[in-house]
Order: sequence, then structure tokens, then C-alpha cells
Amino acid sequence: MLKTFSIGGIHPAENKLSAESAIQALPIPQMVSIPISQHIGAPATAIVKKGDEVKVGQLIAKSSGFVSANIHSSVSGAVFKLDDIMDASGFRRTSIIIKVDGDEWLEHIDRSEELVKDIKASKEEIIKQVGDAGIVGLGGATFPAHVKLSVPPGKTAEVLIINAVECEPYLTSDHRIMLEKGDEVLVGTQILMKALEVNKAIIGIENNKPDAIAHLTKLAANYNGIEICPLKTQYPQGGEKQLISATIKREVPSGALPIEVGAVVQNVGTAYAVYEAVQKNKPLFERVATVTGKSLKNPSNWMFRIGTPVKDIIEAAGGMPEDTGKIVGGGPMMGKALSSIDVPLTKGSSGLLLLPKEETARKATKACIRCGKCVSVCPMGLEPYLLMVCADKKDYERLEKDAVMDCIECGSCSFTCPAHRPLLDYIRLGKGKVAQIMRARK
Amino acid sequence: MNTKVLVAPSPHVHSGDSIQKNMYGVVFAMLPALLFSFFYFGLGALVVTLTAVASCYLFEFLIQKYILKTEVTINDGSALITGILLAFNVPSNLPIWIIMIGALVAIGIGKMTFGGLGNNVFNPALVGRVFLLISFPVQMTSWPVSKGLTSGYIDVETGATPLAIIKEGLKSGQSLSSLMDKIPSNMDMFLGNMGGSMGEIAGAALVLGLIYMLIRKIITWHIPVAVIGSVAILTGILHMADPEAYAGPVFHILTGGLLLGAIFMATDYVTSPMSNKGMIIYGVGIGVLTVVIRVFGAYPEGVSFAILIMNAFVPLINVYVKPKRFGEKRK
Amino acid sequence: MSIIAITILALCAIGVTAAIILYFVAQKFKVYEDPRIDEVEEALPAANCGGCGYPGCRGFAEALVKADDISNFNCPVGGAAVMSHVGALLGHEVKAADPTVAVVRCNGTCENRPKTNQYDGAASCSIAASLYSGETGCQHGCLGLGECVEACNFDAMYMDEETGLPVIIEDKCVSCGACVKACPNNIIELRKKGPKSRRIFVSCVNKDKGAVAKKACNVACIGCRKCEKECPFDAITVENNLAYIDYNKCKLCRKCVVVCPTNAIHELNFPPRKEKPAAKPDAKTVKPATAKTEVKDAPKAEPKANDSKEETSDNK
Repeated sequence: MLKTFSIGGIHPAENKLSAESAIQALPIPQMVSIPISQHIGAPATAIVKKGDEVKVGQLIAKSSGFVSANIHSSVSGAVFKLDDIMDASGFRRTSIIIKVDGDEWLEHIDRSEELVKDIKASKEEIIKQVGDAGIVGLGGATFPAHVKLSVPPGKTAEVLIINAVECEPYLTSDHRIMLEKGDEVLVGTQILMKALEVNKAIIGIENNKPDAIAHLTKLAANYNGIEICPLKTQYPQGGEKQLISATIKREVPSGALPIEVGAVVQNVGTAYAVYEAVQKNKPLFERVATVTGKSLKNPSNWMFRIGTPVKDIIEAAGGMPEDTGKIVGGGPMMGKALSSIDVPLTKGSSGLLLLPKEETARKATKACIRCGKCVSVCPMGLEPYLLMVCADKKDYERLEKDAVMDCIECGSCSFTCPAHRPLLDYIRLGKGKVAQIMRARK
Repeated sequence: MNTKVLVAPSPHVHSGDSIQKNMYGVVFAMLPALLFSFFYFGLGALVVTLTAVASCYLFEFLIQKYILKTEVTINDGSALITGILLAFNVPSNLPIWIIMIGALVAIGIGKMTFGGLGNNVFNPALVGRVFLLISFPVQMTSWPVSKGLTSGYIDVETGATPLAIIKEGLKSGQSLSSLMDKIPSNMDMFLGNMGGSMGEIAGAALVLGLIYMLIRKIITWHIPVAVIGSVAILTGILHMADPEAYAGPVFHILTGGLLLGAIFMATDYVTSPMSNKGMIIYGVGIGVLTVVIRVFGAYPEGVSFAILIMNAFVPLINVYVKPKRFGEKRK
Repeated sequence: MSIIAITILALCAIGVTAAIILYFVAQKFKVYEDPRIDEVEEALPAANCGGCGYPGCRGFAEALVKADDISNFNCPVGGAAVMSHVGALLGHEVKAADPTVAVVRCNGTCENRPKTNQYDGAASCSIAASLYSGETGCQHGCLGLGECVEACNFDAMYMDEETGLPVIIEDKCVSCGACVKACPNNIIELRKKGPKSRRIFVSCVNKDKGAVAKKACNVACIGCRKCEKECPFDAITVENNLAYIDYNKCKLCRKCVVVCPTNAIHELNFPPRKEKPAAKPDAKTVKPATAKTEVKDAPKAEPKANDSKEETSDNK
């Protein structure tokens, strides 16, 4: 019996169409738009102005607080302008628009392919380097990585868990990274272990990726303290709390952080980025994304420069299919629908999914038949049907009492509901309102 | 691109499950028992089923279209289930007009007065059934004796159900062991060879339906297991205390529509609790009440009343019995 | 026969006993309440809309009775008439507040503001607003999902299917402010109703730069400041690329309406302008031809040629 998390969960069709496609480098576009807010927390402060010459890897926006992240230029060229443009968040936000000219990297970035196994940096140097390189959680949540590595006083980390489950259907970028950059990921894991002062790391991989499990298990024999943990394929196993429950059988208490049970979770892509930052001096300005969809000609995985327009990666995969109904940044369960193909790809872009209209268009909402399926699939043990009603009726007290803030917005309830009720839409709204009320109370 | 892209909050895909799929799944699960009743009771069963289903559809349509003036949702399959369940719960020689009254009460009072599917407190088919049982006790408790496929509709020989035989016998002072000779064997009862309502006799066919629904994940095991389990335990204790006064658990499980109730009626989505814990409490409640009514009450069988009573407690159970939260401190 | 008699007598006896007990219990547990609360509540419109800021009319009545000075209180539904009645009951002087009415400050019809994508989520403006900037290029305007209409307790609003915008039925609007609170984009504002319901307002809330705003919507305020310069009464301020008319300063001269290059400034319920300024209508005698209740088509047909002669056409 393979391990999985304790309650709820669903198993949507996996549709890992691009699992066989090796990572290719996406051509550098003529113009990139790099939003100054690509992470959770305060937007960075732009430190370049119109006309400035920049090189690849140069800092162009500085972290503006503890929970914030540096942003580096992904291309070389001249700053064309700073403007408010539509980004993947769905709102117009400030971006640095750079006109590309050549591909000149900063000199201290090590561009060789050679594996550097020896970790010279100290704990403090690692955390500083991760922060300087602007690394954020690459699973999609984009939480600044250095914040997670700074264990709050009074708490100790016991185990590092590397999130390699990639539970979202369709996406395969983490899968490809594990297959192609296995050693780099493991060195990255060791760097993270050193930063956290733990001697144990668990890499959780769902068993729908047997090749990645086999490959990493073989490689991990050469590294100390890294254990590969195959998991039953079950959504939302990639949720931090679910992954901790699946791998080490501990439940993070409501409202608490994983460090409460001695765990720190980092994404496998983040581990790779940490390797590049610490061993190769390379800040986070490119990453791997899957571009996929059932009607797409060539579902594939690409290494792209941050700020590249979405339409470029669609072109690279064979162009937009005729029947496209929705363009999703990320996976089908938690990704964000984009309103235009001109928005730039950012640090959080783990994939781009083109869903045919009939697959994604919502069906008419029917009355709740009280079947209780939403309750049984909720991985947090909540009652989505009730939360939706309370959110609609603006009963925020009851929402709070019934633990709406525990919701991880995985969408299992809406996915399952036979009456096609937009459960998560309303729960998310209620969650926002309750969060406001709670903040006001403080 | 000529069509505009859609934008909506996540998730962007759906399981493809729908109310219809679940409802027709339940109907499919009822087919073995339905076919068995046709085979066992002949023409009468067919007439009763068709009448019940047709009148449920008709009344739902009329009420939605002309009284409530809302969207007509008869395609969702819930009227079909109510119709078949109502037919399952009546004898196969029930006159058409009584069935129609039952359907009107089931749909009109049991379902539509509360606002239609999803809002009703009580299982509509049971509301109809209990209304008929109280209003037409004679017709509702004269069960035809099977003559196989050739059985007629109205003019048929009638007999009593095993539960009624036991109840009447015990009341008139006979001992249980002497009564046991008058009722069919356990195997006969499991296979459906006994008197009773159309759908309640064929234990084997009902269990087949349960297995189908569990595989299709239409229902979970909690309610049927809780109901049957609690009846088995309770009657087992009573039987062991005094084997002459109380029949054993196997007898109680196979008779009086307990399987029908536990599998198809207590598990009705709308009128059962939402959480697994709640479902078990609800199921045990039904089991206990059934035994209490059967053994100590005036009626020979108690499943219908037990389910209706527990239906009334469902909102309360939903409020006070919460699912186990993730990260909740274990006591 | 005697059974019936006994039954009746017994029931009567029970009734009388119960009544006596109830009387004493009611005396014992009586709670003193200021009788004026009932009187004031009687005077209030019983709409229980919460527009006054209190939970229902009873709550408002309690607050009124408790207060020493009720000049800051206002019942938006009943208006000055009810407040002066209440004032008389409580022995306070009440100054009549100017009646207000809800105004939809967006004219982004399907025609003026083409859609760039199609929203497919739950039909709630709040949800759409928290998800993204909306179906059009304008991220400030009406989302068209009708949360304001749902919030209205007085049937004073409906969604115009052609334009996709909410419409306020002026005669029914009691200015309770429920729609204002419901709108996540703060499009609806309570504005002074104005003499003869004549009002001038900027029908746009777009704070984007002119070019962006204009690209998204033909009738957006582009922050050009022409109206600000034109206004003789300093009633117009432009902030964040958006003009706003202070209704307390506005003298309804309509000069701004004429100069606005995008027709973003709307005038309501004014008599149609004549081509020749000589035939200046006298506001005292000429009534508006039809009391227009619909916001949207007001400015389109306005001839631009006319100007300052209209200045006095209000009855100030």
C-alpha cells in the first residue's frame, strides 16, 4: 500500500501528454515584460529606468521587505519603459519592459554544464544567496524561498521534504527536471538541507512517474540522507500539508506553518534553482514550463526566459488550436485563467494549458442535492457545501467558525460536485472577507 | 481567434459527474429488484410501477410548470427514483387510484412543498408510502401470493408477510419456534420467495444493487452498514436473551424491507447527513428505531417510520456532527 | 350530553386559570421600554433596509430616542418628511436633508466597451472582481453581473440586457445605499437628487491613463481636465486621471457636459437644448419633456454647439 495523505482527495484524469518531451530552450523574444510582483508579498522596487542598459542576470528590481523577492533581467538590452501592463494575475501591474539586444550574461554566472557537487557556502551564505537570486517557490505558490529557509527562533526543522509529486494533471515540468537534472536536484536538496541544518530529506514522488522514481533512487545512493518516497497518485498531494501528511504522517495544525511539525517543504524545481544560484551564481531568470493541451500539436516542456509573452511559448508548441476555450497559467486544478495571450510568463509559470472549450466551459448550476461528495473529497475535512452557502449569505462568523481559513483552494469540491455548483468560487470569496475581518481585529 | 477566451476561477476541469448520472445509476441499481418483482408478481408489478413512475413525472411536471412556475427539472431522474421506490413499497395489487394519490403526496407534499429536489426534509417516496399505509391500511397490507409471471393484477389471492405472521402469532400467545414453521426459510427469504411489498422481498437483488452503487461510488458504505449492523446487533442481543420471544437477526434483516430501506431509501442523498460520521449516527438511529418499532410497537414493520424519524434529525446531525478536520488535535 | 358540558366547562376553567397566571407573570417580568420608541418606529417607513446604518427601523428608532441631537440622523427612505415627523415626536428641530439618489457611474455598454474575454465563473461581481480585471479592457468599470440589483430591496434596479449595465429606477430608489455597498468596483454613488431631479455627473470611474482608458472604452473619462478648466464654480477636480463633480458646488450649468471630448459627463432630466440660444427656455415654466429615468442615453444626442446660455436654466 503506497502512502498518501490522510483525508479526502480525488484522482482526476492525469493527461501527462508532454512527459516524453525533453526540455528545450525557448528562443529569446525581442521584447520581454518583467512584472515587479511575481511572488507572494510586497512587490519589488524597480531600480532601473528607461534607457538603462542591462545584462542577463542583472538585478533590476530590489526586494522591498522580508517577504519579497529580487527580480533580475532575463535578457540583455535596454529598458524600453516601465509601464502598467496586464500580467498573469489578471490585473494591470507595473512591469519593466526590456528591448532585447544580443544575449550577454553577467560575467560571474557559471554557464558550464559541469556538475558542482561540493557545497562550499555556509548556512548563512546559502540563505543570503537564495534571497539575492530572487528564488521563490516554483510549484506555483511563488512564496519567497529564503523566508522558508529562515527557521523562526524557537523552532527547529527536523526534515526537509522535496515536493516532486506534480499532482496537477497535464503538467510535466518537474518530471522532466528530475529526469534530466537529477544530480543537480539532489545537490540542490543537500544545499537546502545544509541551510536548514537537517540531516534528512524526503523526496515525495507520485507513482505515475516510475521512471523519475527509479532514476532518482539510483542517484540518491550517492548522497547522504536523501530518501525517495513513492506516493499513491492522488490530488492534491502537492499541497504542503497534504505532502507532509503523506510522507511523515504528521498533520500540521490548523492555521500553523509546516515548521510546527518540524518540516520544511520545497519544490523540486526550487531545489534545482537553488543549485544554480548557489553553485553557479545564477539568479532566477529562467525556468521550465510545460505547454500542453489535448488539441495542441506538440505538448512539450520549455526552458524560457522570464518575461517572455505567453504567445511565444504557444507558437513554439505548434500554435493555438482552433477549439481553445481557455488559456490557463498553471495546471487545470489551481491554475489561473489568462484573459489574453500577451501577458508575460513569470517565475510562477509552471505550465501553460490550452483547454478546449467543451472540456472547460462550466455547465449550468443545479440545486445542491446534498450528496455529501464535496465533504468526502475535501482534503482539509471541511464542509464546502456549507461554506458556499455561508459565503453567499455573508455569514462570516460562521465561515470562520467552520474553518474556512483552512481551505487550500485545491478545487476538489468544485471538481466533484455533480450539481456543478461553483463551490470554490464562493469559498474563496468568503475566505478573503474573513481574512479581512481577522486582520482588522488584530 | 474569433471566439473570446473564457476566464473563470479554478478549477478549470470537472469530473463530469452530474445529478443525472447519479440518479440513473441508482435506477440501474434498482433494476434487479424491479425485474425480480415483475417475474414474481407478474402483471400487477408492471402496472403498479408504470403508474407510480408516470404519476410522479406528471405531478412534478404540473407542479413545477403551473403552480411554482419554475424551471421544469423532470429530466434529472429524481422523479423516476421516487416513482420506482414508491412502487417498491406497495403491494403489487394496489389499485391505480391509490398509487396516484401516493405519488401526489410523495411529489407534492414530500418534495415540492419544500422547494423541490435538494430541499426536502423527508424521503418523498416514504412520505407517500406512509401516507398510504395510514390512509388505506387494508389495501396496503394485503400482499398477493406469487403465481409467477402469469399472476393477475387485482383479483389475486393474498397472504401475510413473515413479519406480520410473527407479530400476530406472538400477540396471540404462540411460541416463536412454532411460528417459525409458518414462515419461509432464510434462503427463500434472501432469494425473495415470500409475501411483501414489490421491492422489499428480493434480498439478493437488492444486495446486487448495493454492490453496483458502491463500485460506481454513488453511495458510500456507511449508511447501509450502520443500519444493517445495528439491527443485527440489537436483535441478536434480544434473541439471545429470550429466543422464544424475539426472532433472530437474520430474520429481521431479510424481512420487512430492511434491505430496501437500508440500501435505497436511507441512502437518499437529500435526506441523509453529509459527513461520514453523521451517516453512521443516522444509520444506527434507523437501525435502533426499526427494532424498537418492530419488537415493541404496534406495527409489524418499522423501517419506513424509522427512516422518516431519522430524516427529521438530519439537519441537526449536519450542524453538530462535523467531519474530522485535517490537523485537528486528537483527543 | 353531560360529557360535552363537562368538557366545555373544563376547558373554560383551564383557559381562565392560564389567563390569570399569564397576567401576573406578565406583570412581574415586564420590561420598561420608552413608549416613544414605538411611536417613532410607527413613523418610520418600516422598510428595514438598513440605509440609516442601524439594524432595521426598530434599531434606528431606539437610537433616535436615545440621541440628544438627531440632526445627524437621516432616514434615506422616508427623507425629510419622515425626519421632521420624528423630530416633532421627539421635540427636536430637524433640518431637511437634501434628498439623494443612487447613480451608476459607468457607461461601458457592450458597444462602447468591447469585451476581450468571457467570464465563466460564478455569477457574482465580487468573485469576478477578486479574480481579475473583468471582461473588458477597463479594470474599473461595471462587471455587469448584477450584484447591485440583487442587493436592492426596493425593486429600484434592473440590468439592461442590451447594455449589460444596471439601471436605477429613480422613482423607486430610496437611496438606502445597499447597491453602493454591494458594488465591488464602487461604481454606484449616492448623489444629491437635484432640483427637478436634474443632475450632472461623470459617468466613469476609470483611473487609468487617458490612452489606456480610451482604448478600453469609447466613453471613458481620460482625465483631460477640460471640464475642470471650464467649470466656473470649481466643482470639478481631476485626480488619478479621473474627473469628479462635487454635487454641492455644481450649479448645473452644463458647460462641462459640452466640453467633454468623450461624452463621459452625463446630464439628467434637463430639457432638450435648443439649437438657437435665443429661445432660451425658462426653467420656471418649462417642464422637462419626459422625466428620463435611464442614465445611459442621456448624453449621446446632445448637440455640442450650445453653450453658456443654458447656464441659468436651472432654477437656482
